[in-house]
Amino acid sequence: MKYRTVAVSTAAALAATALLSGCGGSDDGGDEPAASGHASLTYWSWAPGLDKVADIWNKGPGKEAGITVTVKKQASGDDLVTKIITAAKAHKAPDLVQAEYQALPTLVSNDVLADISKEAGDAKSQFAEGVWQQTTLGSDALYALPQDSGPLMFYYRQDLFDEYGLKVPATWEEFAETARALKKKAPEKALTTFSSNDSGLFAGLAQQAGARWWTTDGDKWKVAIDDPATKKVADFWGGLVKEGAVDNQPMYTPAWNKALDTGKQIAWVSAVWAPGTLTTAAPGTKGKWAMAPLPQWTAGENVTGSWGGSSTAVTNDSGNRKAAAAFAKWLNTDPAALAALVKESGIYPAATAAQTGDALAKAPDYFSDQPDFYTRAAEIAQGTAPAAWGPNVNVAYSAFKDGFAKAAKEKSDFGPALTAMQDATVADLKKQGFGVSE
Amino acid sequence: MTRAPRRRPYGVKSAPYAFLVPAAVLFLLFFALPIGYALHLSFRRTRVKGLGLGKGARDEIWAGLANYTDALSDSELLHGALRILGYGLIVVPVMLGLALLFALLLDTDRLRLRGFSRLAIFLPYAIPGVVSALMWGFLYLPDVSPFHFLLGKAGLPQPDLLDGGPLYLALANIAVWGGTGFNMIVIYTSLRAIPAEIFEAARLDGCSQLQIALRIKIPMVAPSLVLTFFFSIIATLQVFSEPTTLKPLTNSLSTTWSPLMKVYQDAFVDNDVHAAAAQAVIIALATLALSFGFLKAANSRTKQGDPR
Repeated sequence: MKYRTVAVSTAAALAATALLSGCGGSDDGGDEPAASGHASLTYWSWAPGLDKVADIWNKGPGKEAGITVTVKKQASGDDLVTKIITAAKAHKAPDLVQAEYQALPTLVSNDVLADISKEAGDAKSQFAEGVWQQTTLGSDALYALPQDSGPLMFYYRQDLFDEYGLKVPATWEEFAETARALKKKAPEKALTTFSSNDSGLFAGLAQQAGARWWTTDGDKWKVAIDDPATKKVADFWGGLVKEGAVDNQPMYTPAWNKALDTGKQIAWVSAVWAPGTLTTAAPGTKGKWAMAPLPQWTAGENVTGSWGGSSTAVTNDSGNRKAAAAFAKWLNTDPAALAALVKESGIYPAATAAQTGDALAKAPDYFSDQPDFYTRAAEIAQGTAPAAWGPNVNVAYSAFKDGFAKAAKEKSDFGPALTAMQDATVADLKKQGFGVSE
Repeated sequence: MTRAPRRRPYGVKSAPYAFLVPAAVLFLLFFALPIGYALHLSFRRTRVKGLGLGKGARDEIWAGLANYTDALSDSELLHGALRILGYGLIVVPVMLGLALLFALLLDTDRLRLRGFSRLAIFLPYAIPGVVSALMWGFLYLPDVSPFHFLLGKAGLPQPDLLDGGPLYLALANIAVWGGTGFNMIVIYTSLRAIPAEIFEAARLDGCSQLQIALRIKIPMVAPSLVLTFFFSIIATLQVFSEPTTLKPLTNSLSTTWSPLMKVYQDAFVDNDVHAAAAQAVIIALATLALSFGFLKAANSRTKQGDPR
């Protein structure tokens, strides 16, 4: 999700693609039999600087193994799903692809991704259980290796919290009280906003409350988007919007940037990658922000959800699955590769060892006053609740955007919007012919 | 052609066809074939079995008219059509009215800076729709808009143009701003083509500039007014990039605000090309019916007027 804002300049992406395709080999290189002793792989990815990480492979372990990887830069995660499905239909998919966790069931359902459990299944111990199960879809297969994760946290303007005498909320109840207290002291300000234009945040908040939106029951899908946990989250935010305690305008707009930069909004529920977004959205308030764990539903717990995060997958079109899996494993578990990923791509690695490793020893520049930023982040990440994705997350997300935008605008109950989201998701599954258990 | 010689050289009869070949091939490859493929897609659907994971879980089957009945009974598509109807009712009259007014003003005798004015009015047309929508979006957003700042300073009410009814005005404004120049040039060009002696005769008969404009110029450029109206209807039915660009800025624009946005959503977000193809065919047919229906009505009226 972070990359959407970072990599908005399509022009730059296009230029990079042109450059890379200019110096890279042909797309079909991967289809050549490995008998020649050399494999050439293509990798579609949108993370910035990934080509530099691939260079380390090409010059080091890749050279020894005779495997060259060419990165082709893509616009963003959402666009990539459709593009890769189309490419796979024409049997022209690249060998490797960066895929967000919630897109994996869709890609598997379209028969795009290869099962690499034989080649890379032994990497399991290096990842947190909640992250790993997103790449297996709860089966014995392994469809991708986790690359980065986005545990949710609470970001706030320390100086303004002090000024208004606010306490950092440890529970959601305190969060609501804080929002109300701020409104009383400074009516023109708001603690934060409820944004309907990024479904990933809502999904993460629901995960924290214990929601599991898609589960399997034999050969049927069970959709539980309107389960009590999600309903609790929706009602909580709907109530805050209704009473005017938080704003209802979308994130990632010029107005939102300004609100963060001028202190009109003084907190943001976001993920570990927030420093990058804040650097561009609110450059004027650098050093004034602080990070705390996400407020809890039950005091004293340490549970969080995820917003964003992606994995490296091998496609069925790859003529050299073994080589591709070897690269994916190196990229996401090797200390040198992970350090480069942190440095060049600015990601928060999913591999647990790397979260406390040297590469993340120093706090991000934007949070230089909080030297233990990543130590605390690693502690928070340990409490990441598992996510459960299904084959039509895109449909549920669209329904979220439309339904919750309307409810937030009208400041009406979020309940009907949540029911509509559940109904649209189930109806779509049934229409496509999936087995759905009621 | 002169009279054919008794013995025709071989191939003369087939020559016209040979000349037609390049155009026909291009038409078939880049027009007929894609349309045919879209039609083919619109009659099919994917079927998934069970959990739908792994190989062979998904196949494509014949769907008959199911995609069409789904699209026609989908209230979102109908609402989208009604929304752009409201949008078009603002855009078309305002844009064409302004274009005609500017063209007539440019065509008056005593005018300085004619070339500059023409360019200045035309220039917005040269700016890509996405860029102009982004620019206007920044100007509309209450927190960053300079207009809001000025209105606030003057103590006047600050309307939120990205909400409710004013949203239609905001979107229409972008289209009018970008399209007026183009339509003005079309009308202006046909104004310049009117022979000067007609104006001279009118002036000798004692016509004022205003009377010349109303009684001579406007009736004589009626065909180009029909043409610009025709283009405007098509552009309205196909509105896509402006609302798509403004969508992230406001809660009031849904992902399926206009019919084409719904097609895009189904094809590229929900991954259902079959439903999208059926909707695209319906929109194409509606566009065809509306625009040619208008053209026919306009033609029959001008023919009726001819004998007088």
